[in-house]
Amino acid sequence: MTTTTDSRRPRRTSPTGHPSLRDREASARSRAAKDRAARALLLAGMVVALIPLALILFEVARRGLHVVDLEFFTHVEPPYRREGGGYAQGFVGTALIMALAVAMAVPLGIAAAVYLVEYGRGRLAILVRFFTDVMTGVPSVFVGLFVYALLVVGPGQLRFGTFVAAVAIGIMMLPIVVRSSEEMLRLVPDELRKASYALGARRWQTVVKTVLPAAGPGIVTGSMLAVARGAGETAPLLLTALGSLQVVTALQGTPQSSLTLLIYRGAIQPFDAGIQRAWGGALALIAFVLLFTVAARLIGSRAVALRR
Amino acid sequence: MRTWRMAIATALSASVLAACGGNGGALPAAPGDVADRTGDETAGNRGELSGALVGAGATFPTPVFQDWILAYGESVQPGASINYQSIGSGGGIEQFIGQTVDFGSSERFLDDDGVAEAAAARGCDPLQVPVLFGAVTIAYNAAVGLEGLVLDAATISGIFRREITRWDDPAIAEINPGLDLPDTDIIPVHRSDGSGTTSVFTTWLQDEDPAWAEELGSGTEVNWPAGTIGGQGNEGVTAGIEQNPGGIGYVNQAYALENDLPTAAVVNADGNPIEPTLDATTAAVEGIDVPDDFRFHILGVGDDGYPITGTNWVFAWECGYDAGTAALLRDFWTWATQTAQADELAVELGYAPLGESLKPRVLETIERINAEDE
Amino acid sequence: MADPARSLRVHDRGRLADPLFKGAVTACGASVLVILGLMIARTTSDAWPIFRSEGLGFFLGTQWSAGFSRTAITGEYGAFPFIYGTLVTAAIAITIALPLAVAVALYITQLAPRRLRNPLSYAVEILAAVPSVVYGLWGLLFFLPVVLRPVMNVLADRLGGFFLFEGPVFGVSYFAAGVVLAIMILPIITAITREVVAVNPTDAQHAAYGLGATRWEVIRRVVLPGSFSGVVGATMLGLGRALGETIAAAMLVGGSQRFGSSLLFAGDTMAAHIANTFQDASPETVLALLAMGVALFLVTTVVNVAARVLVWRIGRVTGDAAA
Repeated sequence: MTTTTDSRRPRRTSPTGHPSLRDREASARSRAAKDRAARALLLAGMVVALIPLALILFEVARRGLHVVDLEFFTHVEPPYRREGGGYAQGFVGTALIMALAVAMAVPLGIAAAVYLVEYGRGRLAILVRFFTDVMTGVPSVFVGLFVYALLVVGPGQLRFGTFVAAVAIGIMMLPIVVRSSEEMLRLVPDELRKASYALGARRWQTVVKTVLPAAGPGIVTGSMLAVARGAGETAPLLLTALGSLQVVTALQGTPQSSLTLLIYRGAIQPFDAGIQRAWGGALALIAFVLLFTVAARLIGSRAVALRR
Repeated sequence: MRTWRMAIATALSASVLAACGGNGGALPAAPGDVADRTGDETAGNRGELSGALVGAGATFPTPVFQDWILAYGESVQPGASINYQSIGSGGGIEQFIGQTVDFGSSERFLDDDGVAEAAAARGCDPLQVPVLFGAVTIAYNAAVGLEGLVLDAATISGIFRREITRWDDPAIAEINPGLDLPDTDIIPVHRSDGSGTTSVFTTWLQDEDPAWAEELGSGTEVNWPAGTIGGQGNEGVTAGIEQNPGGIGYVNQAYALENDLPTAAVVNADGNPIEPTLDATTAAVEGIDVPDDFRFHILGVGDDGYPITGTNWVFAWECGYDAGTAALLRDFWTWATQTAQADELAVELGYAPLGESLKPRVLETIERINAEDE
Repeated sequence: MADPARSLRVHDRGRLADPLFKGAVTACGASVLVILGLMIARTTSDAWPIFRSEGLGFFLGTQWSAGFSRTAITGEYGAFPFIYGTLVTAAIAITIALPLAVAVALYITQLAPRRLRNPLSYAVEILAAVPSVVYGLWGLLFFLPVVLRPVMNVLADRLGGFFLFEGPVFGVSYFAAGVVLAIMILPIITAITREVVAVNPTDAQHAAYGLGATRWEVIRRVVLPGSFSGVVGATMLGLGRALGETIAAAMLVGGSQRFGSSLLFAGDTMAAHIANTFQDASPETVLALLAMGVALFLVTTVVNVAARVLVWRIGRVTGDAAA
């Protein structure tokens, strides 16, 4: 509720020099002016913040749309300077890497979340929760360094390939899956658990058959968001996947490509044909990530709505 | 869980796509087609070999390597797939010695330490052969608007040491009397990764300019002064030149050609300003006496030769491959170094192929690949 | 759990299942610690020779010359130019993103029509979903030549005397990287500030309105002071993200291994340098890059931990918004 200013009465000071009650109107006017100015500023901030979003989506769509056709998904990239072809090795690579990463990170993350919610009382749980938060902020290039030092060349001696790339992406996804699953599991009402115990179920049966399904859509949301995040990573793949000129379906031992690697290398080279393909790849990647994010939110909100 | 089902579905559909995936970007049929090939060494193997090769290394030859791989896969061995990742000469040597790739490529040959380390790693000797020559051109942004710019070692050194910072500097004007030089900033672009091209460039500069030798020396990475930009690979340097109105950098000729970048004529040891043409590159190589171990520098080029010329070596092993990989490796590099088809593709991009006297020597070494195991 | 009537349990075979299950999920929970511990231990122990040979010079030295030995440390590894570049780009990013993020959060929670609240929040979250490599591509090939370069030219022309805006204009620079980083961290700061502002106690706000305060006065004197620590926490989370950002910075910061006082200078950041040079580094340089990675990890961890301490009171910190 704002005070109204009565601008018909002129300003006056009282004969004694004390601030007149009428001065309140003047200050009210300037306060209202400040309020309007502040609102305008905040609105301007909102608009300025939205401009880059519009620019990104518009530019990527504009430059990438004419590149993306069926050939783009089914052919590999020719030499940078030649037209045509596509990012087939990147689509297959990203799909395989994400499939493996999901297979490793999602079950592990859900199990860890189960531990935190159902059993986590002591110091270990506090540590786990704390360091999971720490892990969400780990620079992606550091994870790539670690996997290279341990698995590609170090004791692992696995060389480049899909699996080591998936390990790197999985490590990045894990904390997101854990935290979001934990939240979702906490939202499951305790009455469900108690009812399950009352029916004679054991602890593990309660968790697996009652709690997890109840939290299911929420957990799926969290995992999908983690997948969207993982699919967009580049730095960890630079020295675990290395890159490939052909479509690679081997799970380990052969260098693998990814959509992000192709976009990155296509963007920093000078030939126009390669740059155009990079825009096309960026469009495909953004489309995938946005679709996944929106779908995840829809699943999540529908689950909340159903529960009500 | 739904996520798993989705993931499996994605993987399955991806595999289906992979089945229809093939090589994109058709190469126009090279004149002098398969039938005209010299070197019947590969005629018997044509179409029979399959398997996969992984190579990594220099960005200097990448345009022609990619064309070679494409042509080889289309017309010689359709069953083979060769993956070459251009990660820089330093990477080529590291990944080769680390045995993560089948062959490495670099514009720096393996020195004694490298050879010893490689031999210790694999248990047998590494082989190195030159496969082509190229020019390290001094390319600059077209917006500078200068045709026929001439530069010598002193001015190039001054530019990259940031002593010469504007295009109309007196030192540049002195050797370009007829040109109208603009009063704008020079933006030097160098390599930010470990580069064989840098090695060739700085070795020549060190040889020619005492100030450079004293301040920066040579190598795959040097201490570039402040006020310069770094690009990743020949690709990144070319992009850097293109994106900055005053940009100048050192790139392989194929990149300058394919991106319509003007290049400077560089003054060679005899005082002749030479443009980086194919003839000039070939002339530069002609005078070189190539030793038995194929390790040499191209310095002190005179006459009509382009002074900053680089060689690209390919590394392989004498043992340790499985039979299929070794056969494919030998076949591909024989095709690449001996046949007219491969030579034409190189020439198209401005690279000078091996001379007639070098070819048989290189072939001899290529045939030693995996010789200890077979 | 109390043991109900035996008839409700069909069989007793499952007695071991519960402890096994508990053990299994506990192990999974501990796996997070194991992975993190392994990461720190492996990288630090690999990089230890570098720390030992350089000492403090690693952080303060300004010369980074890679050596090529395969057995000894022969190069000189002073990472100060990269540390400087990391801090400068992050500072630029925070300076631009923080006021914008607070403005957006305040607008969405306080001023926007109720119908618009969700769409606007989603719009800002979409910015968070855009992958880093797309930011780099768009930044390098569109935003930089079309928007940033004219701005930088104007800055260099008009304010070139001031040390922060000294030319020449390289295009790729701390400034270019910083502005794109600002766009990238805006969503995180906005999301958390939004949550912080949303849980600000409404009774104090209503009391202020009752006394006749304008909207802005309520924001300025009630909401913001109450949310201050949360906003600081949000900023630090954004800072942590900006410090560790790799690919977009690698494409936009310039790749020169020097540092300069001008914002228009082309420099390098820790993460970008690792990404650019890792592929062909000699064994000893790999160790030096690992050392730089460890340093980067420590800095971002400290910032993130401090941020979460400030923010954890505000309730849940969603993994996706904060990641």
